[in-house]
Amino acid sequence: MAPAPLLPPSLLEVRDLSMRFGGLTAVDTLSFVARAGEITAVIGPNGAGKTTVFNCITGFYRPTTGALALTPPAGGTLLLERMPGHRIARHARVARTFQNIRLFAGMTVLENLLVAQHNTLMPSVVNGLLAVIGLGGHARAERAAIDRACFWLEAVNLLARADDPAGALPYGAQRRLEIARAMCTSPVLLCLDEPAAGLNPRESDELSVLLRRIRDGAAGEAGCSILLIEHDMGVVMRISDHIVVLDHGRKISDGTPAEVRADPTVIAAYLGEGDEAEESVA
Amino acid sequence: MPARSGVVAALRDAFLSALVALGLFGAMIGLKTAVGPTSLVLVPRPWAVAITVGVVFAGRLGLLAWRAWRPAGTPSPRQVVAFGRRAGHSVAPLLLIFALTLPAYAGRYWLDLGILVLTYIMLGWGLNIVVGLAGLLDLGYVAFYAVGAYSYALLATNFDLGFWTCLPLAGLLAACWGIMLGFPVLRLRGDYLAIVTLAFGEIIRIVLLNWVSLTNGPNGISGIPRPTLFGLTFSMDGGPGSVADFFGVEPAITQRVAFLYYVILGLALLTNWVSLRLRRLPLGRAWEALREDEVACRALGINVTTTKLTAFAMGACFGGFAGAFFATRQAFISPESFNFMESAIVLAIVVLGGLGSQLGVALAAVVMIGGTEIFRDFAEYRMLIFGGALVVMMILRPRGLVSSRTPSVSLGAHKQISAELIAQGRG
Repeated sequence: MAPAPLLPPSLLEVRDLSMRFGGLTAVDTLSFVARAGEITAVIGPNGAGKTTVFNCITGFYRPTTGALALTPPAGGTLLLERMPGHRIARHARVARTFQNIRLFAGMTVLENLLVAQHNTLMPSVVNGLLAVIGLGGHARAERAAIDRACFWLEAVNLLARADDPAGALPYGAQRRLEIARAMCTSPVLLCLDEPAAGLNPRESDELSVLLRRIRDGAAGEAGCSILLIEHDMGVVMRISDHIVVLDHGRKISDGTPAEVRADPTVIAAYLGEGDEAEESVA
Repeated sequence: MPARSGVVAALRDAFLSALVALGLFGAMIGLKTAVGPTSLVLVPRPWAVAITVGVVFAGRLGLLAWRAWRPAGTPSPRQVVAFGRRAGHSVAPLLLIFALTLPAYAGRYWLDLGILVLTYIMLGWGLNIVVGLAGLLDLGYVAFYAVGAYSYALLATNFDLGFWTCLPLAGLLAACWGIMLGFPVLRLRGDYLAIVTLAFGEIIRIVLLNWVSLTNGPNGISGIPRPTLFGLTFSMDGGPGSVADFFGVEPAITQRVAFLYYVILGLALLTNWVSLRLRRLPLGRAWEALREDEVACRALGINVTTTKLTAFAMGACFGGFAGAFFATRQAFISPESFNFMESAIVLAIVVLGGLGSQLGVALAAVVMIGGTEIFRDFAEYRMLIFGGALVVMMILRPRGLVSSRTPSVSLGAHKQISAELIAQGRG
């Protein structure tokens, strides 16, 4: 199949990424490209090394070898493997969610979204301390932050629960809140670790709509590219522009949903050798 | 007749309890050793035993009666929370009015006690920033109290600086030590953090004890100057430049005590104001987020290192203020005043009050410090009462007196967040 005539520019380029834990090689010379304005899905059986790749990209692990080059729309190239975790989120603007939801359970939904805007609200510690005596224009910044939080609460349909503690929300709502919280950091790349896990079919459909909306941008929000780990193949095939398939830490396939679906190595990895049941993959 | 059999059963139950009490206390309370002419003799005390057994009998009967006849509908947690909030709204202003007007009608003893309680309230509020908001368990808080006290004492005795000049310096120096402690312990969590901070507190004390050329070692520093009111002293001779001379009144010791009382009240209220304000600002919210989930904080671009360090520094700064006040009030300090017991008491106040709750910490300080002071007549039984009260508290309110959390910002009405949802921090 011929590639599209004009590919969008690459946003994140993973080059020969390897991650070893002692004798275990979790990710083995992995290379792929996530393009701007696309949803790139990383799929693979359990233990294929998907979350390890995410942890390398978001700075929770330092890769053993390899490069992670981010080319933000504003220009320039950032090497993520050399940046500490909080700088990746703050300066490279790569946001993530977690496989096991990590909300601030004892804080309200609104507070969760304001913590996400910490760096906009408090550019430096001095600024944060000056705000105690009312200097530094904090009140205005906070109003803007609340507006932004409300925008995303509206988008994920949680505005009515803004003052409830995050830990008291039902599971599906917590997943949506975590996405909204990540989006409040104004990312250029959003990494979602199994966002559809534990959702019912209706919630999965809503999630697909939300993710497409985040990719395309709406109502003054710039579009945000998405890197997605997901086991729900319905969601993956419906919304992905590009799929990377991992197995035992290696890339076994890379292409559009249709290409990946037809790839015999993918079918073999998921169902075992010699099985031809394609529908099960899709 | 069920009612009649119930009464009989209750009486039997109470009788059995009394019998157990008799067996337990018969020898322990009923016999007292006294020095006889040649050897120790046993003096029987039947009345003491009778009273104890009687109290157990009546108490057991009362408890059973209350269980049988209490109103069927127990109040729901929601009602309790609502009541607590209403009570909370009125308790805080009442306490403040009481604190502000205390010198008008209280004598010397009560003012001294008030100063002591307020010092611990201030320490509690300072530690609350580190433990309650940021969730970092600090067992060496007394170190910053000591740094503040020695900063003031050394600056005042060596360089002749006044209290009001040294107060910010003492806070600043303590904050520096907070950051110095913070750096090595940043990677530690939970129990490990607690152990290292505990060691840090001891290191400071031992250095103060052994660095004799600077601190005068175990003999301490005496002759620390008292604070002045805009340059007016509180000297007892009433000479020129004293408060008594300026206002044309008889010099009295209560004037100085009342002044000290208002100084510590002001410092404590400053601590409270700053913590309450910080809670509603990005920095305070980042502290609370750190307590809830450190990994998520990192993923959101919050610099965990600086956030933890600011919490340590801010808590230490208020500890330093309190230390400087302690030095000026006592006019004498020695390393003995800064042992681990002090850290433990302050931490107990914070935990009893409820992590993160300002009102809870104030109430806990009043109960703990005021309580131990009032029960002084009971001598060693005081610790027994104190320990018993702690056990009861841990059973009835394991998350402290005020355990719910008020959100720092809301679109509609503030809703209280119950304790079950709030993380206590893993360091």
